[in-house]
Amino acid sequence: MQHLLRLFVQRLALGLLTLFAVSLVIFLSIELLPGDVAQQVLGQSATPENLAAFRRELGLDLPAHTRYLDWLGGFLQGDLGTSLISGIPISDLISERLYNTFFLAGFAALISVPLALILGVVAALHRDTLLDKSINVATLTAISVPEFFVGYILVWIFAVELSMFPSIANLSEDAPFTDRIYRTFLPALTLTLIVTAHMMRMTRASLINLLALPYVEMAQLKGASQRRLIVIHALPNAIAPIVTVIAINLAYLIVGVVIVEVVFVYPGMGQLLVDSVAKRDFTVVQTACLLFAATYILFNLASDLISIASNPRLLHRK
Amino acid sequence: MKKYTSGLQIGRRGFLTGSAAVLGLSQLPRPAVAAPTKGGTFRVSVNQGGTSDTLNPAEASGSQQIMVGWALRNNLTEIGSDNKLKPELATNWSSDDAQTWVFKLRQGVTFHNGKTLGTEDVIASLNLHRGEDSTSGAKSLLAGVADITAEGSDGIKITLSAPNADFPFILSDYHFQIMPVGDDGELDLSGTGTGGYTLESWKPGVKTVLKRNPNYWKEGAANFDTVELLLISDSGAATTALVTGEIDAVQSAEYKTLGLLGRDKNVAIESISGGFHPTFAMQSSQAPFNDNNVRLALKYGVDREALVKKVLRGHGTVANDHPVAPSMPYFDASLEQRAYDPDKAKFHLKEAGLDSLSVSLSVSDSLFAGAVDSVTLFREHAAPGGIDVQVAREPGDGYWSDVWMKKPFFTSSWGARPVPDMIFATAYSKGGDWNESEFSNDTFQQLMLAARSELDEAKRGQMYGDMQAILKDEGGSVIPFFRNFVYARRADVSHSEDVASNWALDGYKAIERWWKV
Repeated sequence: MQHLLRLFVQRLALGLLTLFAVSLVIFLSIELLPGDVAQQVLGQSATPENLAAFRRELGLDLPAHTRYLDWLGGFLQGDLGTSLISGIPISDLISERLYNTFFLAGFAALISVPLALILGVVAALHRDTLLDKSINVATLTAISVPEFFVGYILVWIFAVELSMFPSIANLSEDAPFTDRIYRTFLPALTLTLIVTAHMMRMTRASLINLLALPYVEMAQLKGASQRRLIVIHALPNAIAPIVTVIAINLAYLIVGVVIVEVVFVYPGMGQLLVDSVAKRDFTVVQTACLLFAATYILFNLASDLISIASNPRLLHRK
Repeated sequence: MKKYTSGLQIGRRGFLTGSAAVLGLSQLPRPAVAAPTKGGTFRVSVNQGGTSDTLNPAEASGSQQIMVGWALRNNLTEIGSDNKLKPELATNWSSDDAQTWVFKLRQGVTFHNGKTLGTEDVIASLNLHRGEDSTSGAKSLLAGVADITAEGSDGIKITLSAPNADFPFILSDYHFQIMPVGDDGELDLSGTGTGGYTLESWKPGVKTVLKRNPNYWKEGAANFDTVELLLISDSGAATTALVTGEIDAVQSAEYKTLGLLGRDKNVAIESISGGFHPTFAMQSSQAPFNDNNVRLALKYGVDREALVKKVLRGHGTVANDHPVAPSMPYFDASLEQRAYDPDKAKFHLKEAGLDSLSVSLSVSDSLFAGAVDSVTLFREHAAPGGIDVQVAREPGDGYWSDVWMKKPFFTSSWGARPVPDMIFATAYSKGGDWNESEFSNDTFQQLMLAARSELDEAKRGQMYGDMQAILKDEGGSVIPFFRNFVYARRADVSHSEDVASNWALDGYKAIERWWKV
């Protein structure tokens, strides 16, 4: 247990270092992009005169390292700053979008994780039967198609033809929870179709590997049922690889869904990030990217900790 | 459309109900017959703007900011549905010499916060776009303003440094919205205005909710109880949402899906001709474009009819290498239309001492739908004339800062202007900030200045005709066509017989002009 705690603290410290490196890389990348905020906002109406006024107003005429250190100083003191362009505090800008993103990711995860696990176990139980093959073909088909296409197909079936669900999310702040579920169902279903295959196949493969081991054979010879064999004897030993894959997929649900957001006009973090990069709104890009990086780091950390905790050999190693 | 554009106007005639043609809707009553009815919610989607948009009209560009701005606020003058200049917060204006203008303010108009409209509000709102520290995209439009003062309690006197007979048109530009001065003497940029709607919630890039202003001064306007304006950048998502009834109108419909969309009885398509046009601009001070024969060769090398037919699917009209659309005032119909003629292109190349010409034309699809297709077709058209036009595809991100006016030969796009002077002064005036083709012609320059102070309409028309001819024969831009605004609405949303053609969605004023049946 102490080992686990030490690992946790170590990894957390490393994570912070990673975040710092990420912020530096992002800042430099944005500096490398052609044009700056002033030019992107004014567009064709930019003249040397009003560009200069704009830059003065935003402090863009200061050297790059000064701007970075100013931002970092504020950030370390818990001040996320304001959007360069709209002047809205970034915490306000991001909080609702972050909630939307987590809501959609959570919704999709609630459907896809149990679904993938069950399908994986069922496929392993009925290995090489028609059922196993159908599950494989169906999930692989869903993952092989580009995600926007999956989205359009679902819109066509459920919104245009059947009129069961709305084609765009169009959330209102004060909408009741059930309405939110209803309006986000199609995007959540799209994401489910995209992430299920990966998790399902890892579950199935890990179980099948374990089923070939002597201890499973022993349990079988003692008369354990197929179901008991898998759920009680094999599954606990398959936790590590499965959790790793689930963590990667959950992180993907949070940071990788820009295209699904576009198709369903869903106001999440991805769209905000794309907008901000296009406008070179560096403060917003920084904060959004750091949140994304932190998400990856935390999910990876969690999956490592669970893997170790689930394996007594790692937990109590000498 | 990042282009700085001002208000616009264009002829009303371009209005064709595409849906009626496709759908056989002609038996249905024309929407124009019904009088506006109040009530309902209007959900409209736009595709220009983002999360960082603000309510400051000095920084406005793109439909999200313009439409919300005009729902909340008014200008002194506006372009009406019939494309004519109309009084808005000014009831009338006058000038003896086109240099000193006096605008009389409408009386008894109140802002959403209860303040009565006064001269101080107008002066502060216009001064937002003036002065050294102004970041306004419309700064250059007011560059000729020497002084703005109050005259009595209801008059605004604007003195120009040189005469400009079109000055009242300039004030209809979307930047020049009138906002109240607060108790602290600062201009209130938070969305308070005299407009038909008040701001319920403003989430740029997502959704803006507006409520009808019960005290709106304009008769028969602001008919919807509630308006939701959504930003939907994916045209597939916007079209689907229109078809499934999630929204009531979209800013832009894609040519490729118009046929399918037109079959839906619940959807009406609008195709409105206006002054929106692309240019293939050459930096005409540099070789090889400094030889007018080279410019003429390129102008003869483009098949305009084919571009209108193939790229615009007929939703546009051919242009004649000058930016004055047939629907604009002072359009010279007697000027001969230049036709596609590879032999003449070859002839002019020879005159320039060249056997063949190879140029690279920069373009990005972010300029307008079909931009890259237009240039690719131009390449095919120009080849028989001995001209090799290489298609240089540039990223849309950063196009205005890194390609436009930086490359020797590039594609650009311009919104409609209500009068020729505004586009001439913006894009063809010697030394102008946006003179993209580096056009420099003394006769043109003199005519432009003279026309501004000429109050005799016939003489003015003659001058503008001469200027169109100069641009056509000597200008540094190939202007192939004027593009229609093509957009769609649910059939249960109605509007008057005239639809403004300065912008899509009834000059971006559908929110206050349309109604639900």
